[in-house]
Amino acid sequence: MTESLCRLSISRLAPLLASGQVSPVEVTEELLSRIAARDGELNAYITVDAEGARAQARAAEVRLRRGEGTPLTGIPLALKDVLVTQNLRTTCASRILENFLPPYDATVCARLRREGAIFLGKVNMDEFAMGSSTENSAFGPTHNPWQRDYIPGGSSGGSAAAVAADLCIGSLGSDTGGSIRQPASHCGVVGLKPTYGRVSRYGLVAYASSLDQIGPVTKEVRDAALLLKAIAGHDPQDSTSVPAPVPDYLEALGQDLRGLKVGVPREYFGPGLDPEVEAAVKEALQTLADLGAELLEVSLPHTEYAVAAYYVVAVAEASSNLARYDGVKYGYRAEGGNLLEMYANTRTQGFGPEVRRRIMLGTYALSAGYYEAYYQKASQVRTLIHRDFAGVFEKCAVLATPVAPTPAFRLGEKVADPLTMYLSDIFTISANLTGIPGISLPCGFSALGLPIGLQLLGPPFGEATLFRVAHAFEQATDFHQRKPDF
Amino acid sequence: MALTREDVLHVAQLARLSLKPEEVDLFTRQLNDILGYMEKLQEADTAGVPPLAHVAPLANVFRDDAVKTGLDRELSLQNAPGREEGNFVVPRII
Repeated sequence: MTESLCRLSISRLAPLLASGQVSPVEVTEELLSRIAARDGELNAYITVDAEGARAQARAAEVRLRRGEGTPLTGIPLALKDVLVTQNLRTTCASRILENFLPPYDATVCARLRREGAIFLGKVNMDEFAMGSSTENSAFGPTHNPWQRDYIPGGSSGGSAAAVAADLCIGSLGSDTGGSIRQPASHCGVVGLKPTYGRVSRYGLVAYASSLDQIGPVTKEVRDAALLLKAIAGHDPQDSTSVPAPVPDYLEALGQDLRGLKVGVPREYFGPGLDPEVEAAVKEALQTLADLGAELLEVSLPHTEYAVAAYYVVAVAEASSNLARYDGVKYGYRAEGGNLLEMYANTRTQGFGPEVRRRIMLGTYALSAGYYEAYYQKASQVRTLIHRDFAGVFEKCAVLATPVAPTPAFRLGEKVADPLTMYLSDIFTISANLTGIPGISLPCGFSALGLPIGLQLLGPPFGEATLFRVAHAFEQATDFHQRKPDF
Repeated sequence: MALTREDVLHVAQLARLSLKPEEVDLFTRQLNDILGYMEKLQEADTAGVPPLAHVAPLANVFRDDAVKTGLDRELSLQNAPGREEGNFVVPRII
């Protein structure tokens, strides 16, 4: 029997589709069957759109037969349920949007549709992307395909689990503080957070607007380059999208690393870093050196303030963004004797505890008398962190670090202690505060068999360099070829 | 600056949330934990450092002031919890 089509990456499936050896209908049916048979064990999907996917697959088949396909035509993808999809339920994993039927497509979805990609459905996440474990979902947690009683990471846990478990060919997630990179790391797949402004946020349900960015979650580095190329670029609908040309990221693949300077920030290898993670990342650094890269110790002295600054900024923006859920224009409405009661009942019943916690924190941080101590101070510290990174990128092309301090933890382990959960974001949040791109890729496994990720960070709009380094590392190792026993 | 139960109830009211009695204690404890950690920011020397609100290399993004069709009325109302004669319906205000 031949290898299941579900296991293929975008880069391996595309030539089979283009040559007509495989039909998009065939691969879509295989994936839909696998999802129906196996997703009960993972809960990666919130909504499966079998009929929509079949219609898109038939259209892709016609297009490919005419020789009018692109590298993404006929590729079945899973979309994080924070991206609005026209007439396909978009919940943000929240009761408040449980029955929300968007009247339009997010720009990234419209662009992928134009390429002829197929949307299998919408995948699970922490409610409104607030969380690091996908346990804060109104639709139940997603399980890690490598060890079912461990978290897949979050907030894009459904994307990472679905990619790792071959329940899709690739996925899009969103990253506000590590929400693409950390689940990619915990599930042994590739995840890229692009530069702020590289990808339009139009139709991405807002969490923290100065930090949010959409990016790919994939089985290999080349797939991430392909997806980024399709979704990147200026969009008049998002005034923060940057009108800079989109390079051909594929050209960066295959270039060697000789003489490339890789910075290793000493603050990312201190106490609190799990010894297995440290060992895997240090071995990855040695691999980069063996490939010709020049390692260079650097310092990001304000790292110790990053979690505090990040959570002030993120919750402040969230409290403002989530004011729109008022039970009037769309979403859930609870009854109330008057308008104020209706608002409070709607929001109290519609939002889960972590969302309410962050709205309250943000409301407090922005309230009269506290604004200077929290939001203003955090925004100043943000400048200091920004300067730290600008300084190190004068000396090196990329930074190489761990993604998370530990491998995936057990489901339920940190639910009662939100602060401990926040602290686990330490290595990923600075990229969001400073807007720089970051990629996570598999670099090892713990003794328990849980994946460990390597993070590469680049200067603004340095995605091509990240792909170059990540691809060289991937070609020199076989971590990305290992699959969970699922 | 520790938060009291009354502070938590006040913030909830500002945020248009209501808390069950058992949640007030839980949230008071959790918010104090988190805000206590955020005190760390006060150690950073930010004298003369300007705040950074966003990192996009953009300023004054303009577009033409052109008339174009917006979202159709029917589509705008399709998710409304209450609607009547092409309008959103809310509980009586006056």
